[in-house]
Amino acid sequence: MAKYLGKRIFYIILTLFIVSTITFFLMKLMPGTPLTNQAKLTPTQIHQIYKQYGLDKPVWQQYLVYLGGIIHGNFGTSFQFSNQPVSYLISSRLGPSLIIGGQGMVLGVLAGLVVGAVGAIKANTWVDTSATIISILFISIPSFVLAVLLQYYLGLKLRLFPIADWGGFMYTVLPTLALAASPLAETARFMRTEMVDVLSSDYIELAKAKGLNKVGIIYHHALRNSLIPVVTIIGPLAVNIMTGSMVVENIFSIPGIGEQFVKSILTNDYPTIMGLTIVYSAMLCVVLLITDIVYGLIDPRIRINK
Amino acid sequence: MENEKDVLEVRNLKINFNTYAGTVQAIRDVSFDLRKGETLAIVGESGSGKTVTTRSIMGLNSPNAVIDSGTIMFKGQDLLKKSRKQMDQIRGRDIAEIFQDPMTSLDPTMKIGKQIAEPLIIHKGMKREKAYAQALEMMKLVGIENAEQRINNYPHQFSGGMRQRIVIAIALVNYPEILIADEPTTALDVTIQAQILDLMKELQAKTNTSIIFITHDLGVVAGMADRVAVMYAGKIVEYGTVDEIFYNPKHPYTWGLLNSMPTMDTGGTELPSIPGTPPDLLDPPVGDAFAARNKYALKIDTEKQPPFFKVSDTHYAATWLLDKRAPKVTPPEPIIERQKHYAELVHQEIDKSKGNHVEEQEEQL
Repeated sequence: MAKYLGKRIFYIILTLFIVSTITFFLMKLMPGTPLTNQAKLTPTQIHQIYKQYGLDKPVWQQYLVYLGGIIHGNFGTSFQFSNQPVSYLISSRLGPSLIIGGQGMVLGVLAGLVVGAVGAIKANTWVDTSATIISILFISIPSFVLAVLLQYYLGLKLRLFPIADWGGFMYTVLPTLALAASPLAETARFMRTEMVDVLSSDYIELAKAKGLNKVGIIYHHALRNSLIPVVTIIGPLAVNIMTGSMVVENIFSIPGIGEQFVKSILTNDYPTIMGLTIVYSAMLCVVLLITDIVYGLIDPRIRINK
Repeated sequence: MENEKDVLEVRNLKINFNTYAGTVQAIRDVSFDLRKGETLAIVGESGSGKTVTTRSIMGLNSPNAVIDSGTIMFKGQDLLKKSRKQMDQIRGRDIAEIFQDPMTSLDPTMKIGKQIAEPLIIHKGMKREKAYAQALEMMKLVGIENAEQRINNYPHQFSGGMRQRIVIAIALVNYPEILIADEPTTALDVTIQAQILDLMKELQAKTNTSIIFITHDLGVVAGMADRVAVMYAGKIVEYGTVDEIFYNPKHPYTWGLLNSMPTMDTGGTELPSIPGTPPDLLDPPVGDAFAARNKYALKIDTEKQPPFFKVSDTHYAATWLLDKRAPKVTPPEPIIERQKHYAELVHQEIDKSKGNHVEEQEEQL
């Protein structure tokens, strides 16, 4: 197991290196400059500022300088946020993003599993049909539309939750719901298909022949086997949540990294873009690693050799 | 036909399936008995209703199956009148089943020890340790080596033959009265087939379980069954002891089945087959369902369904050829050969019983 983990962590570092390299050069291809008031500056002033931030060197040199910084744990300082180090900017804003992202993921997947399983057990009844309709709705409605609807109905009309801002659990409810919808729908659809398949398999027949009742069959045999393929979509769902959070955080004015990412791209804040890209990639890699470990725990056929 | 020794009596079973295309008459008046400790083989081609019959004994037919009429008497009670809960208690305790494909009939994510122990825990309320101890016994009984270690293995760590042994262990762990074996060797290769059949016979001798053995493979039937029922298009067309069916068949369909079975004497010639396809059970024919494929068919075959004609006390066949008024037909050549062999068998039986008789007399003296 330790050997496997070591190998996987090495691959994660390699992945992050490749991702940051590609992002660095793509970022330099973006139009515009980090300067917001370029029109008012003289060429000498611009050159001065570029020199100060090392932007006057050829791109490959800038890249090497940046890499050197990362190896020493230095992610640079932000252009926009008055010389704050990027590592501080991110770490101070990571919390809210992790909270709503994590909550959205857990709620979405768990609720999706329940909806999917119920749909499969009651296949081709009105229960199944309503579960399918919910799934289709939640897949079709983009999270930002759902966010606005939630703000309007649950926030403004019913005054159940604050419509925006940050400060405690109540503030997390609406963004979590907005983020959970899509993973819920995806998980439910997948779970239903898998479980219908599993319920018609031979080993379920054998379980019936043993005299297990319906609850026993589902609990002891069907659930675990249906979960195996569902675990594979958790990676893509995490990506879904991360991209969704960028928009959702903006709508709810949550001081998270999603909101910051959007801002930094709009202002060509190079060090912040790079920092956040690496953080997002790292989060995804960790989710994928966890997924693979969970996969092995559920399915003995692919268990990692100790 | 009612008998003290019968463990199961199926009477006038009719099962329909409601489909979008209409009502499929899958089982059209089937009756048979199963005696204590015997093996009854149900033989027939795909779609003849073998599996539907046994599924209804287990109470596991699909929801669109409608039991039109009939009774399935087990221990003096009609299984068709039992609730789902009551059937849950009978399945796996009194009646167990093993399936065709051992590669898919075990739960891939559960250790086999638990899978074997499960019926004990469900039906006898056994504690884990006790159930596992008994599961271990059962694994040894079905011939799994190193059972102590292998009890913690998963199905994918076993070969096909070993998995079928495990499935048999699961089925027999509660020593059921009846074991339904639905083509238990079809998915296995020939050498493993023989081992599994031997194992089943051996265990049957130990446990005195009655077996309903479903197959389309007559070769397997010969070594396994005491009695044989031949099914065609949702009906039993002929039944009798294994010798009667193999060596003195009366129904042209049985002739066809036996002819299309390769034997040691089958030379380089083409293997005979039964021409045509079974009838559409959405709209079954009025007369004998086999008439359209039967070169010996009489006119009445297309008009009226044949009743069972008695050949011997144990042997019945539903074909108009056995009617007194029917013309004499000559069965195909290989069947005549078989009947000659049957005549010899009967003689031997008679000689044997005479011999016994003499011995008895001597003892008395």
